[in-house]
Amino acid sequence: MPKRETPLLDQLESGPWPSFVSEMKRQSESRHAKENEVQYQIPVDVCDDLLGVLELSYKEGEVHWKHGGIVGVFGYGGGVIGRYCDQPQMFPGVAHFHTVRVNQPAAKYYKADFLRQLCDLWDFRGSGLTNMHGSTGDIVFLGTRTEQLEEIFFELTHNLNQDLGGSGSNLRTPECCLGESRCEWACYDSQELCYQLTMEYQDELHRPAFPYKFKFKFDACPNGCVASIARSDLSFIGTWRDEIRIDQEAVAAYAGGEISPNGGAHAGKDWGPFDLQKEVIDLCPTECMWMEDGKLKINDKECTRCMHCLNVMPRALRIGNDRGLSILVGAKAPILDGAQMGSLLVPFIKAEEPYDEIKEVIENIWDWWMEEGKNRERIGETMKRMGFQRLLEVTGIPPMPQHVQEPRTNPYIFWKEEEVPGGWDRDIADYRSRHQK
Amino acid sequence: MAVVEFKGNQFEVDEDGFLQRFEDWNPEWVEYVKESEGIKELTDEHKKVIEFLQDYYKKNGIAPMVRILSKVTGFKLKHIYELFPSGPGKGACKMAGLPKPTGCV
Repeated sequence: MPKRETPLLDQLESGPWPSFVSEMKRQSESRHAKENEVQYQIPVDVCDDLLGVLELSYKEGEVHWKHGGIVGVFGYGGGVIGRYCDQPQMFPGVAHFHTVRVNQPAAKYYKADFLRQLCDLWDFRGSGLTNMHGSTGDIVFLGTRTEQLEEIFFELTHNLNQDLGGSGSNLRTPECCLGESRCEWACYDSQELCYQLTMEYQDELHRPAFPYKFKFKFDACPNGCVASIARSDLSFIGTWRDEIRIDQEAVAAYAGGEISPNGGAHAGKDWGPFDLQKEVIDLCPTECMWMEDGKLKINDKECTRCMHCLNVMPRALRIGNDRGLSILVGAKAPILDGAQMGSLLVPFIKAEEPYDEIKEVIENIWDWWMEEGKNRERIGETMKRMGFQRLLEVTGIPPMPQHVQEPRTNPYIFWKEEEVPGGWDRDIADYRSRHQK
Repeated sequence: MAVVEFKGNQFEVDEDGFLQRFEDWNPEWVEYVKESEGIKELTDEHKKVIEFLQDYYKKNGIAPMVRILSKVTGFKLKHIYELFPSGPGKGACKMAGLPKPTGCV
């Protein structure tokens, strides 16, 4: 039995969704029962005290963690989020309650064996509570004491061959969609690129050197299963530049009702028989599809590769064979100057090992932002302040119509002095010789 | 708040071991902290970093960005970590007596 009354939290044990309260109580019971005779290195009742402080917050409608917290491991400037309870006498089990970010394998494939080792370590040196996973991607160990941090880090690196994730003004832990591992739309190996760039930029990840945080995310197609366009400063989104491959027999099978549209995603409701005209052709954003003699035709030159037709008819339509990715820059949450999604910088780049072209784009952006970025200014804000044109100049990318959704409507256009015959140095006397005052 | 005693000095610190008041700093604070920050011997390079951080803080009321620290001292970030294993924030700023870094750390 937990050591405190938690009447408000107890209400969250009912209902069909898995209850975090029930799970935390189970963990509390397991710790008190000393299953497996673990020599707990932090208070046995850490879960009880966490439930206790949470119950208090439910009652008062206020958080009970102190401001900030600076803890870590030697050699690194991030990876651990320090946290202290503001009622340590009442809840000594969570007086320290630091979070450890552990770098996860790309797309989060695990073996039970590995997870078991992680859990053994965390039961022993932490609360046994986790977040699988943080929204950036990390495995999150929730709650331990300062003295345990180096111990955990030693164990992770020496026995589990596993490193910490990122925190602070640095490159945060990259993450990707599951890519080619089990998706027929993957236009590049998003896991491999995610892994390779994580390894390449370990220094930037572990030792904050940037004006502010910086995130990579890798989507293998425009469906955006890891939401890179919204949640990463540098977003890598797979695409192709040749033709969509059409299997006309399968198209006929869809039209004839033999294969359910969208892989059966809408089977929960009766939407009537599949209507190829209505559900595909009429919904194509560029209207570049049509039927001709019972065959589906696509004018690929006009296709923007939005994925809709492929999503509806996965067994009939396939991505092209000339594949690569687009790079978009600047996504961020609202603080300080408003939310942004990624803006298209590189329309198409090949994603082939050793990824030198991609690294060049990354490093050019970093060189610029590290020099020009203000304290706690995301790259998206630097772009707004200094202009998209500066970003193009520092990355050596020529401006092209694909860089804008629409041309500017105001006429406040800057010209470089060398572009204007005669330059900026003018003599008013010369002007007066032709125009009286 | 905890109070630590070292060679007749009293320092008021928070849970993370940061000084509560910059004015309480004196050279013995550095002696007291160095071990917990993984530093055996203080060198002139350590002192150069600490002095710059203090000057900058006195003038500007904030800690400098990492880039500025590197530029002014001439030490690359890698070298700053060699001097201060927990880095410029937790290591050097703490020893210099600056307030604890904040934000999404």
